[in-house]
Amino acid sequence: MSALTESAPLLKTEGLTVRFGGLAAVNNVSIAVPRGEIRGIIGPNGAGKSTFFNSLTGVIRPTGGRIVFDGEDIAGLPPHVISRKAIARSYQITNILPGATVLENVRIASQSRRHNWSMLRHHRSYGDVIARARAVLADVGLGGKEDELASNLSHGEQRNLEIGIALATEPKLLCLDEPTAGMSVSETHATVDLIRRIGRDLTILIVEHDMEVVMGLAHTITVLNYGEVLAEGGPAEIQANPRVQEVYLKT
Amino acid sequence: MLVLDNVDAHYGKSHVLHGVSIEVRAGEVVGLLGRNGVGKTTTLKAIMGMARRTGGRITFEGRDLQGVPPHGLAGLGIAWVPEERRIFRLLTVLENLRTGLDRPGMTPARREALLEKVYAYFPILRERRNQAGGTLSGGEQQMLAIARAMVLEPKIILLDEPTEGLMPRMVAQIQEIVHALHRDGVTILLVEQNVPLTLDAAGRVYIMEKGTVRHHASAAELRADQRVIHEYLGI
Amino acid sequence: MDQIIIQTLHGLVNGMVLAMVASGLTLIFGIMDIVNFAHGDLLMLGAFTGATVLGMTGSYWLALIVAAIVIAILGALLQVTTLRPLIGRDPLTTILATFGVSLVVQKYALWQWGPSVRQISVPVGGDFNLFYLQYPWYRIVTALLAGLIITALWLFLKYGKYGIWIRATTQDRVMAQAMGIPVPLVYTGVFAIGSAMAAASGVLFGPFAGVTQTMGFDFTLRAFIVVVVGGMGNLGGSILASIFVSLLESYAAIVVSPAQAVIVSFVVLVLTMLFRPTGLFVPTPK
Repeated sequence: MSALTESAPLLKTEGLTVRFGGLAAVNNVSIAVPRGEIRGIIGPNGAGKSTFFNSLTGVIRPTGGRIVFDGEDIAGLPPHVISRKAIARSYQITNILPGATVLENVRIASQSRRHNWSMLRHHRSYGDVIARARAVLADVGLGGKEDELASNLSHGEQRNLEIGIALATEPKLLCLDEPTAGMSVSETHATVDLIRRIGRDLTILIVEHDMEVVMGLAHTITVLNYGEVLAEGGPAEIQANPRVQEVYLKT
Repeated sequence: MLVLDNVDAHYGKSHVLHGVSIEVRAGEVVGLLGRNGVGKTTTLKAIMGMARRTGGRITFEGRDLQGVPPHGLAGLGIAWVPEERRIFRLLTVLENLRTGLDRPGMTPARREALLEKVYAYFPILRERRNQAGGTLSGGEQQMLAIARAMVLEPKIILLDEPTEGLMPRMVAQIQEIVHALHRDGVTILLVEQNVPLTLDAAGRVYIMEKGTVRHHASAAELRADQRVIHEYLGI
Repeated sequence: MDQIIIQTLHGLVNGMVLAMVASGLTLIFGIMDIVNFAHGDLLMLGAFTGATVLGMTGSYWLALIVAAIVIAILGALLQVTTLRPLIGRDPLTTILATFGVSLVVQKYALWQWGPSVRQISVPVGGDFNLFYLQYPWYRIVTALLAGLIITALWLFLKYGKYGIWIRATTQDRVMAQAMGIPVPLVYTGVFAIGSAMAAASGVLFGPFAGVTQTMGFDFTLRAFIVVVVGGMGNLGGSILASIFVSLLESYAAIVVSPAQAVIVSFVVLVLTMLFRPTGLFVPTPK
């Protein structure tokens, strides 16, 4: 874990609200994620996790409140602008290019970061892009599968490739949306290890349903219920919190 | 009556069910509990032929459901109340019910009787019978979805999270309805995240995690020792 | 001034015939997402069949009914053999398939009936007197018949048992299946209904301009324009759009030649796609 307390939080939301008609899917949510933290976002069905996530990454426009990333107000900015500000996300539906190889998928993402409009650049100058792509693949455990067609990977490998693609854009904040959904137990363990590895140099926001994953990975957990923050704290705290148990067990 | 024997299922590449074995006997209410994303709805979809079954068998009253076309399940006596309710929004309440009432072999007398029975269970539906399904509240839509299944006069109802998103008052109403259906002799496979309701309504309960059944006990046992519930459904 | 009245009547009559064609097309698209390029050719086959029956029996009304039934059956067979196997595939595949059917059907008609233009004689002769103007009775009868048929379709969809099946399947195919509705049969049925309506339109339109192998194309084209302008899958919208577009074309024909008047339809199409792509007569989605 890198130093958490001295610097200002990397991501801060203040009173973030998203209304759909009369319904507030996200209601006055304020969180502060320090640099280097792995933050878990959990909550029962309909708690507003996806909407919250989507408003952070520019997919949905918030109706009120502020989102401050690295000191900059980003609420309401479109997704491609937000991506350029070094926030990357993975999606629930895999977004990889099935017809391209594993390396190409990551290289394209990497190129978007180190982009140069010149069409006349010599191919050798792309060496750094390819080197970066290879490094990312090693990080996500796909080092030996560079030349495989992405569509030939197993489901778990594809989800990890997704994470690799997000990583290749060299983000400061990585947003993961249910990264272990649909994975077997062994695939899940592999992905948890992966996330822990890359979390050493990165700030990560992760929405998950799998409690083992969240409790094992996150430094701090924010619990949402009916669009509001119900509780926030370390895994042990949250597990011991009777109100959170109530909400999940509906007792 | 309904037997899932070591069922594997895939959505595209994603292997979502691993060796799921569940049995529902005639007249029972069986609960299927588990957190979000564990495969409960997928299990129902596998029965309805909507998820690709890649291993194991699903039989209903001894008959293998493999190869039964999707529109043949209602005729066999299997009714489905999906998680999202899936009311025909542009059809009126009555027209929604007619999709199930107008079956081959139904006489006008039987149709009337069934309709009356359903209106007795859900008086609000009689009131709103000429209103478009999409204008009903969430709770009313849930009732319509259940009524629509009832008019198929099914042998088994697959109930997927009927209380999701409903206010506590409506949850109690749903609980009542499940009890009433049970008293009427309807077999129910109830998928839920609401633990107290399930433990109250069901006789036996299966608990799923990560695409497979992890625990199986009577509701009474689970009520007596809540540790298992906490382990699989708590946090 | 007389011109305007006459053109209004033309517009209304043509609009009603077009509405019959477009209804079938939008119904087919709405329920099974099939863009039926062969629709106009089914109209053409209907017209030829009608002409043949008329030649054999001398009865216009029999020709109308037989043509509708025969083409309904043909449509059903087409759907079962060429379109049903393609369900679930890339939509482009079905577009190509119906386009292929269109080509085959046109050549078949050429082989079966030869290249000369057929005539369908008017069943109701004489003119209708509007003030001092004269307008053929037959055209008015056509518009009324088309209106009747469309109303019958609407009533069937709204109140008929199978009408409810069709509407339920259009809204949620999966749930309809779960209710026991035999969706593959519903698809075939809808295709048959669409074909029957196209065929009937062909017989109704026959006396206007004669029956040729290529008469279908203009209808397919206009029907597509009208279906998009009216909102794809929206029955009421396509009927309103048919009348609207036909009226505009008729008025345009006062100033330019009829062949050029078609441009008006395209202008309406482009404007619709630019500003109200879900359809002119469809309430803006929230």
